[in-house]
Amino acid sequence: MRGQVVFQGLRKAFGDVLAVRDVSLDVRAGEFLTLLGPSGCGKTTLLRLLAGFESPDAGRILISGRDVTALPPHRRPVNTVFQHYALFPHRTVGGNVAFGLEMQRRGKGEIAERVEKALEMVRLGGLGGRRVSQLSGGQQQRVALARAVVLEPEVLLLDEPMAALDLKLRQEMRVEVKNLQERLGITFVFVTHDQDEALVMSDRIAVMNHGRLEQVDAPETLYDRPRTRFVADFLAVRNLLPATVSSVSSGRAALRTRGGAALEAADDGGYREGAAVWIGVRPERMRLEAGGERTAAGGDGNRLAGTLVDEIYLGDRTDWRVQLGEETVTVAEPAASAQPRRRGDAVTVSFPPEAVLRLEDTEPEDR
Amino acid sequence: MSARRAALLLALPCLLVLAVLFLAPQALMFEASLGRRSAYGGIIHAWSLGSYRRALEPIYLAILARSVVLALATTLLCLVFAYPVAYWLGRQAPVRARSALLVLVILPFWTSFLVRMYAWIFMLRTEGLVNTLLARVGIGPLNLLYNDGAVLLGQVYGELPFMILPLYASLEKLDRSLLEAAADLGAGPARALWRVTLPLSRAGIVAGSLLVFIPSLGAYLAPDLLGGARTMYMGNLIQAQFAVVRDAPFGAALSFLLSLVVLLLLVLFRRPLRESRGA
Repeated sequence: MRGQVVFQGLRKAFGDVLAVRDVSLDVRAGEFLTLLGPSGCGKTTLLRLLAGFESPDAGRILISGRDVTALPPHRRPVNTVFQHYALFPHRTVGGNVAFGLEMQRRGKGEIAERVEKALEMVRLGGLGGRRVSQLSGGQQQRVALARAVVLEPEVLLLDEPMAALDLKLRQEMRVEVKNLQERLGITFVFVTHDQDEALVMSDRIAVMNHGRLEQVDAPETLYDRPRTRFVADFLAVRNLLPATVSSVSSGRAALRTRGGAALEAADDGGYREGAAVWIGVRPERMRLEAGGERTAAGGDGNRLAGTLVDEIYLGDRTDWRVQLGEETVTVAEPAASAQPRRRGDAVTVSFPPEAVLRLEDTEPEDR
Repeated sequence: MSARRAALLLALPCLLVLAVLFLAPQALMFEASLGRRSAYGGIIHAWSLGSYRRALEPIYLAILARSVVLALATTLLCLVFAYPVAYWLGRQAPVRARSALLVLVILPFWTSFLVRMYAWIFMLRTEGLVNTLLARVGIGPLNLLYNDGAVLLGQVYGELPFMILPLYASLEKLDRSLLEAAADLGAGPARALWRVTLPLSRAGIVAGSLLVFIPSLGAYLAPDLLGGARTMYMGNLIQAQFAVVRDAPFGAALSFLLSLVVLLLLVLFRRPLRESRGA
C-alpha cells in the first residue's frame, strides 16, 4: 500500500556502537509516526536508514511494499526535512523548491506552477525570488518543508525540524505541520527528543532507547500506560520506585517499596508474588492533605505520611518534594486547588491503586 | 585618539611595506618605461610613449597572446587535475590524515623551482628516464623536451599546489547535509556534483584560477628551461630586454602592460573573490 513502511530486523553499528538493534516496525500508510528518544538513542540513524544515507548491517526496509534496502537515496520515494534545513545557499527560495522537480526533468511551466503552489501552502507565496539568507529561521523551515512536499513523496521524513526554533514558533509549527500532514495524507516519519512535540502531533509514537524500540503506541496509551521504566521516566512519570510484590488477590497487588512503605496497586495481571518490580506514579495523580496520620493501604487507596522538604513553584502548579520514610516523591498540586503550606509541614500523600503503574525494567540488559 | 586614527596607526607598518616594496618599484618602472634607451643600454629619461607604441606592434601582441593561451591552458589543466585531488583530500580522506596529506602537497616547495625544472629535463631528455623506459618496450626515443608541450607540463606541475589548496579549503567546509539534500531530492552523484558541489566551490575555483593564471602569464623558467627558449613568452621577452638586448625602457613598458592585464582580471573577478573571503 502506498506510503506504508516496514522495518524488518534492522541493525546498524558505527564501530563498536550499536546505533540500531534489531528494530522491526510497521508504519501505516498515511500515519504520523514519531520516533522519540534521547540523543544517541538511534532515532536519527533509523531515519537515515530509511532515507538511504546509511545502509543497514542487517535487515530490510520496504516502502509501499517495495524492498528499497539496496536503493541509493536519490532512487527512494521519500523526501527529508533536515534538522538545519540544508537549504542550498546558491539558490533562491524558489530555486530550492524547484531543485527536485528539475531533477525529475519537469517542464518549465509545470515547475513554476508547482513551486508557487508549494510556497503558498507553507504561507510563503510570492517570496520565491528571495535569497535563502534573507529569511528568518521559521521561514527557512517552511522552505525546507515546501522543497520536500512539492515532490509528493510517498513518505516524508522530518529530522528534528523544529529544534532550532524558539518555543513560541515551535508551538505554532507543531499545529501547522500536523495540519499539513492531514491535508496531504502523506505518511510522516518524524524524529524528536521533545515529548510534548510527540504527544501533540503523532498518531503513534515509537519510543527508542539504546537503539531498541521500547514501546510503540498512540500518545494517550503511551501517556497512561507506559510499559517500561525508561518510557515512564522519559514521559515525566517522576515517581519511580523499586518494590517487591507481597501478595496478589482479587484484582489487587500488595507491594512493599524498598524504603518499607506498603502500597496497593490495581493488578494488571503482571504481578507475581515475591517478584521485584518497578512502579511509577505520576505527580498529578497524587494528592496532599495536611496532617501526617498514617492509614493502612486499601479502602479508599494508598495513604502515606510524610514531610514537605522542597517547593518548586511553576505558576499553574506547584511541585512539592515529600519525604516518605526513606523515599522522596514529587506531588503536583494545581494552583487552582492549592492550600497554604510550608516546608517542614507534616502531610499525607494519597493516590488510588489505579494510579500505580507496573513498569518493566529494560535498563540492566544494556549494562 | 579616535578608533579610526588607532586603526590607521596599526596599519601603518603594512602600508609602509607595500609602499616601499610595491608602489615605489612600480613607479620607478613606469618612469623608466617612458624613457629612451641610450647607446650603451642605459636609460635616457624622457616623457615618451615610444616603448608602449612598440609593445603594441603585432609581433609583440602575438607573444602576449601566446602567454595568455599558455596561462589559460595551465589554469584549465590545473583545475582538472586539482579538483579530484582536493575533493578527495577535503571530503573523503580520513580527517586525522589530512594535515599530513596537505604537507605532501606543499612538499615540492622545499626544493627550488629551478632545481625541479632541471629534474624534469633529466626525465624528459632523449637519454632521460622516460625515454629509457620506453626504449625497453621498443618505443621512441620521443621528443619530449624543448617544445610547447614540455613548457605546459612544467607550468602545470609547478602551479598545481596553488590550485589544490584553495579548492581544498572550499570543498572541506562544504556542508555534508547539502549533498545529502541533493541526493534526497533525486540528484544522482554526477548531477549533485554539477548542480551543488561545483557551484558551492566557486570561490575556491576562482581563487585557485587567479593564483595559477597570474604567475603563468609571466612564466619565465619553464619556457626558458623546458622550452629551450625556442618559443618566446612574455616572461622571456621581458627578461631578454633587461639582460640581453639591454633595452630597459621597452622591458619596463612590457612589464607594466602585463601588470595592467593582471589588474584588469582582479577587477573582473572581484565579486567571487570577496565571497571567498567572506565564506
